[in-house]
Amino acid sequence: MSWHNTPIALMAKALAAKEVSSAELTQYFLDRIEAGKQWNAYLDVNAHLSLEQASKADKLIFSGMAGKLTGIPVAHKDVFVTQGWKSTAASKMLEGYLSPFDAAVVANLGMPSEDNPNGAGMVCLGKTNMDEFAMGSSNENSAYGPVLNPWNSQYVSGGSSGGSAAAVAAGMAPIATGTDTGGSIRQPAAFCGITGIKPSYGRVSRYGMIAYASSLDQAGPMGKTAEDCALLLSAMSSHDPRDSTSLADSGEDFGRYLNQHWEVGNANFAKPLEGLRIGLPKEFFAEGLAEEVGKSVNAAANIMQELGAKLVEVSLPKTKLSIPVYYVLAPAEASSNLSRFDGVRYGHRANEYRDLAEMYKKSRTEGFGAEVKRRILIGAYVLCHGYYDAYYLQAQKIRRIIAADFQAAFQQCDLILGPVAPDVAWRLGEKSKDPVQMYLEDIYTLSTNLAGLPAMSVPCGFNKNNLPIGMQLIGNYFSEARLLQVAHQYQQASDWHLRQASGVA
Amino acid sequence: MEWEVVIGLETHAQLRTKSKIFSGASIRFGAGPNTQACPVDLALPGVLPVLNRQAVEHAIRFGLAVGAKISPASIFARKNYFYPDLPKGYQISQFEDPVVIGGHLEVLVGDKVKIVELTRAHMEEDAGKSVHEEDFTGPHGEASSGIDLNRAGTPLLEIVTEPVMRSAAEAVAYAKALHGLVVWLGVCDGNMQEGSFRCDANVSVRPKGQAEFGTRCEIKNLNSFRFLEEAIQFEVRRQIELIEDGGAVVQETRLYDPDRGETRSMRSKEDANDYRYFPDPDLLPVVIDEAWIEMVRSDMPTLPAQLRQQWQSEFGLSAYDSQLLTQDRGTAEVFEDLLALVGKPMAKAAANLIAGEFASAINRAGISAAAAPLKAGHLAPLLMRIADGTISNKIAKDIFAILWEDALAGNILSTVDQIIDAKGLKQISDSGELEAMIDQVLLANEKSIEEFRSGKEKAFNALVGQIMKASQGKANPGQVNELLRKKLS
Repeated sequence: MSWHNTPIALMAKALAAKEVSSAELTQYFLDRIEAGKQWNAYLDVNAHLSLEQASKADKLIFSGMAGKLTGIPVAHKDVFVTQGWKSTAASKMLEGYLSPFDAAVVANLGMPSEDNPNGAGMVCLGKTNMDEFAMGSSNENSAYGPVLNPWNSQYVSGGSSGGSAAAVAAGMAPIATGTDTGGSIRQPAAFCGITGIKPSYGRVSRYGMIAYASSLDQAGPMGKTAEDCALLLSAMSSHDPRDSTSLADSGEDFGRYLNQHWEVGNANFAKPLEGLRIGLPKEFFAEGLAEEVGKSVNAAANIMQELGAKLVEVSLPKTKLSIPVYYVLAPAEASSNLSRFDGVRYGHRANEYRDLAEMYKKSRTEGFGAEVKRRILIGAYVLCHGYYDAYYLQAQKIRRIIAADFQAAFQQCDLILGPVAPDVAWRLGEKSKDPVQMYLEDIYTLSTNLAGLPAMSVPCGFNKNNLPIGMQLIGNYFSEARLLQVAHQYQQASDWHLRQASGVA
Repeated sequence: MEWEVVIGLETHAQLRTKSKIFSGASIRFGAGPNTQACPVDLALPGVLPVLNRQAVEHAIRFGLAVGAKISPASIFARKNYFYPDLPKGYQISQFEDPVVIGGHLEVLVGDKVKIVELTRAHMEEDAGKSVHEEDFTGPHGEASSGIDLNRAGTPLLEIVTEPVMRSAAEAVAYAKALHGLVVWLGVCDGNMQEGSFRCDANVSVRPKGQAEFGTRCEIKNLNSFRFLEEAIQFEVRRQIELIEDGGAVVQETRLYDPDRGETRSMRSKEDANDYRYFPDPDLLPVVIDEAWIEMVRSDMPTLPAQLRQQWQSEFGLSAYDSQLLTQDRGTAEVFEDLLALVGKPMAKAAANLIAGEFASAINRAGISAAAAPLKAGHLAPLLMRIADGTISNKIAKDIFAILWEDALAGNILSTVDQIIDAKGLKQISDSGELEAMIDQVLLANEKSIEEFRSGKEKAFNALVGQIMKASQGKANPGQVNELLRKKLS
């Protein structure tokens, strides 16, 4: 049985029917991780611990105490602190760091226990590679080397959740967690041909997620199908009193609309999306978009139309400004969030220093990579007395305008469709010399983080080099279940998400 | 030249909560190093702050007590700087939008009431502390300092005044009044040795009559009223001498060294950090609605200023006495309990007893009024016996002393009446007995009689004194007066 091609929705049925044990599944994926080391998707694997969890899961299944996802393996982005596995955020600063507690996401998905009664019982496969502290769009900023794209190892996996995307694409995990601050779930999902969703800000607790930009960071699932993402997101999200920005309501079943028609009472099975208005922002299809990407996304829009949806043109006039706004606000928050890495209590400390100031300087200079340092410097600069009003405050104002633009667009449509990124994955090293060039790649994803909206990435084609193309669906606040419904309906009418990279056995 | 001193105070009052302002760790004083520091206090990767509701309620309570505006949505900001005792690399504080805006405090300076206007009061977290010992080593064996993060995250209310105080005495009077108030309100334990209440003083001088302020210096971390007074006095002298010698005051932060009685420069304005304040994205605005304010208000004790005003107008108490009676809630409660037992007509006598004998007894014993072994129930009979003429005020003081010593020693307490009987302290009000006593004294003091008759009123008092002495203080002074006048007329 090729479990790596199996969506977790089916895996769950096989486990429940005792056609396979969690231990068998876990071993299967551990073997694939071992065999797929060349992709550099994982930073830490601990087979012993994974199998121990699997055996617990099997006991739960056999004693009839299993939940929907009990026994299914999952990989965690290294940004989530995880007991038993090293948690480094792909930084030398946290090399070997072991957390005394689990991130909320890890606990929600993990083994149930006295302290964690609602744990979903999934088995942790290990920690996936990422851009250092989630800063980057190619995974080339990892202190432990880049993740290679399973579709072509000459190309980047995308970032920052590149390890999770590659692990799922290469069949080294049935599903994985990621985080998205400016596109870090959607863009690697698009580059690796998988499905991912960044939920509304506040849906998933940030407790235990190593912070990059607190007001933008949001965790979400990365899997093969919209249905798998709905399953994982339902288990990941919860109200968490330890996170003040966590939403009050919880326990939502994000898969509840998957197999329903958009309009209740619509009996036309050929047109399940009848009544749905899809907005195509003209700014997302303008200059800078690769032709093949534009074609694929438009083709996907046409399929939606065939399924009954109505396409309307909308405008998000401040799209271009999302880049400077994001690259002021995210570094500002990051410069402060990363101050705790000072070499005093944990993490890297320089070997030699003369005094306290030098200890700080050397430890941080040695511990952080170039992109992290760049963003800390930008962030410190824009927060400086005298510059604050011109940069930080101004960016906050435009952030509100960007959010308002979305609300205006949602007057005309129910959800927005566009590309995830201007182009497919680029060659390793191609954009490393010019950080601004790399920042421009985030143009279609940043604005949803700035507005706090849910958005997802769905495979919708390939370019001539056989590299995956993703489309982006953006919904209004708390409309995740609707986004997943539309994506699921699209995936019933397409097979892009089922394609396998030839390099993956 | 005549100089005017300008002082503004910033006071850090530790809020009386069970746990820290952004974590669940205890804030108990004196625990072993780092035993009260949880992952949030240690700023481990992934942790987030959650605001302690009790801290906000204390801030509201304080704001209401000083007649301030309670901000409907105050903001927590990050104050960024690196220091080993600051685990996150930033302190969570309030910057542009504090929880308490304005307000004022009435302060008794000598016998004058001064109004001290407040600028604001904001919530923030305390830092940890460095521990320096010889054998501490770092991960590479290098000599190091230790860090104790037990105090990190302790909730503080920083209370800032306008620059309205004009002398060290005013500053100390304000600090004492503020201390009394925060303890009264129950928002701070007021323990200055443990650092629960400490002041920074902004001090400047200017030629009398000049409108602009002089350049100020900030003296940090003054944790006793005496140090506050000494530091300001020293700093004022220093600044005046500097200017008179042709120099100029440099804006800087200074520390007071109590051993040498001087302030020393800590860092100049040029060295000051750019704290890069910005709103903390991990915390929501602190939304305080009317309902919450009313809930806090309904639970507030009557304020000392209200009690003082009420007692002065209703019972004719002096400003000084009412100040003493409201120095803390325990004292005010003993007075109120006593008043309830003896009745309002005896308010003045009750005030005298509590502000006098009682207050000095607890001061000597170094205990609080609430912890005093004598309660209102013990003291009421004393006042009743004065009122019905059984004993004099003088004897009452002796009986109080007997009761107090017994109570402190934990002995079984006799009643006031038992002591009066046992020691024969009953006031002599029998005219026959008194007349005999007076006659004896008059016989021995013919000179005084002559002086009195020649118009010296003092001589009369001397005679009364002699009679009281002969009666061992037991003679009814009113009656003695009356009978003596009769005999001498």
